[in-house]
Amino acid sequence: MKRYLQVVWAVLWKDLRIELRTKDIFTSMAVFAVLALMIFNFAFELRVPDKTMVIPGVLWVTITFSGVLGLGRAFISEKDRGSMAGLLLAPVDRSAIYFGKMLASLIFILVMEVFLLPLMVIFFNANFISLPLLLVLFLGTLGFAAVGTVFSGLAVNTRTREVLLPVLLFPVMLPVLMAGIRATIGFMEGDALADMMKWVNLLIFFDLLYLVVAYMTFDFVVEE
Amino acid sequence: MSLSRRLLQILNFAALVAMLIAVYAALVLAPDAINVDPSIRPAQRIIYFHVPSAWSSMLAFFVAFIASILYLITKHIRWDIWARAASELGIAFTVAAIISGSLWAKPAWNTYWTWDPRLTTYTIVLLLYIAYFMLRGAIDEPGRRARMAAVYGIFAFLSVPLTFMSIRWWNTIHPVIVDAPENTNKFGLGPNMMNAFMITNIAFIILFVTLLANRISLGWAEERMDALKERLNF
Amino acid sequence: MAGPLIEVVGLRKAFGRHRVLKGVDLAIDAGESVVLFGPNGAGKTTFLRILATLSKPTSGTVRVAGVDIKNNPEGIRQYLGLVTHAPLLYTDLSAEENLAFYARLYGIDAPARRIDELLERVGLLHRRHDLVRTFSRGMVQRMAIARALLHNPPILLLDEPDTGLDPQAAEMMTDFLREIGGSERTVLMTTHHLERGLELADRVLILQGGRIVFDELADALSYEQLRPTYDEYVGAGVMVA
Repeated sequence: MKRYLQVVWAVLWKDLRIELRTKDIFTSMAVFAVLALMIFNFAFELRVPDKTMVIPGVLWVTITFSGVLGLGRAFISEKDRGSMAGLLLAPVDRSAIYFGKMLASLIFILVMEVFLLPLMVIFFNANFISLPLLLVLFLGTLGFAAVGTVFSGLAVNTRTREVLLPVLLFPVMLPVLMAGIRATIGFMEGDALADMMKWVNLLIFFDLLYLVVAYMTFDFVVEE
Repeated sequence: MSLSRRLLQILNFAALVAMLIAVYAALVLAPDAINVDPSIRPAQRIIYFHVPSAWSSMLAFFVAFIASILYLITKHIRWDIWARAASELGIAFTVAAIISGSLWAKPAWNTYWTWDPRLTTYTIVLLLYIAYFMLRGAIDEPGRRARMAAVYGIFAFLSVPLTFMSIRWWNTIHPVIVDAPENTNKFGLGPNMMNAFMITNIAFIILFVTLLANRISLGWAEERMDALKERLNF
Repeated sequence: MAGPLIEVVGLRKAFGRHRVLKGVDLAIDAGESVVLFGPNGAGKTTFLRILATLSKPTSGTVRVAGVDIKNNPEGIRQYLGLVTHAPLLYTDLSAEENLAFYARLYGIDAPARRIDELLERVGLLHRRHDLVRTFSRGMVQRMAIARALLHNPPILLLDEPDTGLDPQAAEMMTDFLREIGGSERTVLMTTHHLERGLELADRVLILQGGRIVFDELADALSYEQLRPTYDEYVGAGVMVA
C-alpha cells in the first residue's frame, strides 16, 4: 500500500512539477475561460433581464469546456513524448498511474476554478460564492476528473484524439452538470445545503461509482 | 462457432408471427383509451409501439453492457461482436422510441419536443452510443478497438440511470405508466389494454432477440471474410 | 537457479489479424548478453515490449526466473530495465528530477545517492540541474540508460539504443554497454549495426517473419562469417547505420 501511494504521489508530483515549469495547461484553460466569459457576456447582455440569472449555467459550462482542454493533455502529453511506457513499467498496479494522473487533472481544474470564480464575481458584479457552492464545485470537479482521465486514456488511442474526448465525455457528465447547476441556483436563491442534499448525494454517488469503475478498468485502457 | 442457420430461420419466423400478433393486439384487441380526449384516442395507440421500443432499447444496451464486461474478462472476440450488435440495435430501438414519442407528444402535449426526463434521457443515450461508435470508428487495431469500446460501453451504460434520475428531479410531465400498482394516474392502462401492452412488449423482445441473433451471425461472417481477405492478401 | 532466467515458449502476438510474432521459443540464461538482429517489422520491438510486460501476448508464455509474467507483472517489472527508441524522459524536468521521479516509481531507498552514482557513471553529473530538453541526442540516450539501471535490474532490455546517434556517441554507448554488460546482468539488445552488436554479444539471434531463424554463440562467429547470413535474413539494404 505504501508503494502504491508512493507511485500515485510520484506521478502527481511529476505532472505538477512540469506544469509549474511550463504552465501550458493552466494558461490554455485560463485563457479559454476568460474568452468563454466574454462570449457569454455578449450573448446574454441584451436578452436577459438580470445577468446574475445566467451565472449557474455560465459557471458550469465554462468549467466543463475549459476543463476538457486540461483533461485532454493528461495522456496526450505522455503519448507524444513517448513517455507512456515509462509510467507503465512501474512495478505496481496500473491503477496507481490512474490516480496520480486523475489527481493532477483535478488540481489543474480546481486551480482554474479558483481563477474563474473571482473573475465571474467581478464580471457579473454579484457575489454568488458560498461554502456549500464550493463543496458542490469540488464534488462535480472530482467526478469530471475521475471520468475524464479514463476517457483521455481512451481518446489518446484513437486517430481523432482531442476531438473525440468531449464527444465521449459530455454525455456521461450530464448528471454532474445538472446537479451542479441546480445546486448553484439553489444556493444563489438562499437555499441551505440541507435542501440540496439530493443533488449533493447524486454527485457523491457519481464520484464513488466512477472512481471504482475507473480503478477496475484502467489497466485495459493502457495495455497493448 | 455461431448460431446455426436453422435456429436463425426459426427465430425469424417466430418474430414475424409475433409482430403480426402485436399489430393485431395494438390495433384491434386493445380498446380505445376512454380516459383521454377523443381526438387523441387513435394516437394513444402509439404506446404499443413506443414503450416496447424503449424497453427493447434498454434491453439491448444492457446486453451490450454485459458483453462489454465479458469481453474484458475473457478477451474473446465473441463478446465484442455481441456488444457491437446489441449497441447497434439499441440505437435503432432508441430512435424508434424517440420518433414515436414525438409523434405522440404532438397531439397530446401540442409539441413534438419537450424537455421531459425520459425523452431527454433517451436523447442523451442516443448521443452516448453514437459516441461509442465514433470511438470504434477511430481505432484501427481490432483488439484495441474492442478493449476501448468495452470500457466506454461500461461507463456509458452506468450513466443512464444517473442521467434519468437527474433529469427527473429537474422536472417532469411524462406519463408514468408502469409504477406503483395503486397508481391511478389518468394515463395508466386499464386491464384490457394491459393485455395488448404485454403482448406487444413480448413481441418486441422476440423481435430484438431475432435481430440480435442475425446481427451476431453477420458479425461472425464479417470476421471470417476479413480472415479470408488476410489469407489472400487482399 | 536451475532453469534459464528468461524462458519464452510458443510466443505469438497478433495485432488484429496482423500476426507479428508467429511462435517464438527462446531460453536465456542468467548473465548472457544476447543481441537480436532482424529486418524492420520483424517483431523485435514487439518481442521486447512483451518481455517488458508492456504488451500482452496473444498466446504462449514468458517466464522470468520461473514465474509466468502473466501472473505477476508488477513483480517482474522490478527485475527489468528497458531502453526504447523513446528515452522515456520528461524534457521539462532536469536530469536529476527525471531520475528522482523514476526512483519513486521503483520505490528505491536512499535515491539521492543512487542518482548521483548513476549520473556520475553516465558522465552527466555536472549537468544534473539542466533540463533534459537542452541535452544532445547522445546525452539523452545515456540518461535513458541511467534511468533503466536506476533500480539495478538483473535484466536489461535495449531496443536499438544506438539508433540516431552519431558515430562518436554510438562508440561511447558501446563502451558503456560493454561495461554494464560485463557484470552479472543479463542483457537482451536489438540493433541494426551488425559489427557493434556482435562485439557486445555472447550470443546472436536473428528474428525474421515472426520467428527466430538463427541462434548461435558469438564466440564461434566472426564478422566475416556472419555477414552473408545476416544479409540473407535481414537484407543488406538496412545496413547503412
